[in-house]
Amino acid sequence: MTTQYLFAGFGGQGILFAGKLLAYKGLMDGKNVSWLPSYGPEMRGGTANCSVIVSDEPIGAPIVLNPDVLIAMNLPSLDRYENDVVPGGTIYVDSSLIERKVTRDDVTVRYIPATSLAAQKGLDGLANMIIMGNLLNNEGSLASESLEKALGKCISARHADRLQLNRDAMSLGSEL
Amino acid sequence: MADKVLMKGNEAIAEAAILAGCRHYFGYPITPQTEIAAYMAKRMPKIGGTFLQAESEIAAINMVYGASAAGKRVMTSSSSPGISLKGEGISYLAGSDLPAVIVNAQRGGPGLGGIQPSQSDYFQATRGGGHGDYHMIVLTPDSVQEMAELTIKAFDLADKYRMPVMLLADGTIGQMMEPVCFDLAIDPAPEKPWATTGTEGKRAHNVINSLYLNPAELEQTNIERYARYDEIAKNEARYEEYLMDDAEIAVTAFGIAARVTKNAVNEARKEGIKVGLIRPITVWPFPKAPYEKAAEHCKQIISVELNMGQMIEDVRLACNCKIPVSLCSRVGGMIPTPNQVLDAIRAAAKGGK
Repeated sequence: MTTQYLFAGFGGQGILFAGKLLAYKGLMDGKNVSWLPSYGPEMRGGTANCSVIVSDEPIGAPIVLNPDVLIAMNLPSLDRYENDVVPGGTIYVDSSLIERKVTRDDVTVRYIPATSLAAQKGLDGLANMIIMGNLLNNEGSLASESLEKALGKCISARHADRLQLNRDAMSLGSEL
Repeated sequence: MADKVLMKGNEAIAEAAILAGCRHYFGYPITPQTEIAAYMAKRMPKIGGTFLQAESEIAAINMVYGASAAGKRVMTSSSSPGISLKGEGISYLAGSDLPAVIVNAQRGGPGLGGIQPSQSDYFQATRGGGHGDYHMIVLTPDSVQEMAELTIKAFDLADKYRMPVMLLADGTIGQMMEPVCFDLAIDPAPEKPWATTGTEGKRAHNVINSLYLNPAELEQTNIERYARYDEIAKNEARYEEYLMDDAEIAVTAFGIAARVTKNAVNEARKEGIKVGLIRPITVWPFPKAPYEKAAEHCKQIISVELNMGQMIEDVRLACNCKIPVSLCSRVGGMIPTPNQVLDAIRAAAKGGK
């Protein structure tokens, strides 16, 4: 089985971090994984996106063109990638930043007001983790050892105080 | 199984270089390879090594020359326009028979070009790049794991044959993260009795130089160097064959293009098309054997490249033009999609070229 994820939003929303966490979790589960960021001047406050592939097979091209799962954290990202999602795929929409609805009817859509929820709950900057919590819960892998290990790999000891906040944000997302 | 870590290709190069005993890195920043310099800047001071950001690429490559002449394992890295600047220094390294490892994380060109991935420095890398008759060994990793393994191999080959070795990567393989294992066999650097390490009054001077004003003498150095190149061509050509045994169509690609091509080959196999992949892991020396073999049982070879058609010339030479060789490519920082390659395979299967 192969799952292709595309994370897209503004620089600073933790797009690359969320992708890295998912890739590390896949590694901890013994899967083949790849993570490829967009790189270049657009990262400085502009759009950011990253391709993540988690697979039981060896991974060929690391570039995700037709995601099974799209995480859109701003309107330009949804506009750009909505039609690329495979039929039957899933789109996660940060509905506090994206006012419009997904126009397709052949995909599952989850509207999560992640950015406003994060602000309300004192979890500033963790909208990405609220969506991740929802995503991992839907995949049935939120309460897993591999996720804890992946968190440990992605959050350096220097920022250990952020660990619990990330867990809280994912827990919040899972309840939506 | 040893632990795997998730790492960017560029970081894997830097870590592998340190494991190989490289304690001297000289560079100048350029996208998309700056992570190499950043990693070296962080690590080298902690392990007694030298990280130095030079005032230019030209300065950096000449610092490499100096450290190599002193017998040290040394590396520099850059991306396409920066490698052009290093060309003079690389020629001097070759002319002085000095080992060094040079990384090129290629980006689109010519000129300043762009910062997205490319393979358009193939000619420059495989034909030497600077002036004079010389070659570098050129290694082409297609995964983060190979970025690590081939970096270590690069230091070994550089020392073994006393010549510059290039790791020809690209922006994608440099920027992507994949699991990598560093539990790798590492040979210590060999003795270097030719190095300029100080005579202590006990031996004759070692001279490192590429200037020979006597043409007969200069001719002899070229002839001897090319005899060494013949040995390298015999012993060091590397490649991977994927589903080639019964293939009627061969696709050939290296680096990121090979990754894209593997997807296309797998899809085409599902459609019943007998297609395989030849992936060169060295592009100098160019591995001729798999193409000679393919020419016996394939009707066409498709060369997938991120350039206007450069490796295709070596492919045609390797199969002696016995079968048609066509090009499937994108340039300027664009990457062919698996579907583009699949369409080329389908067209070849139908008999079109």
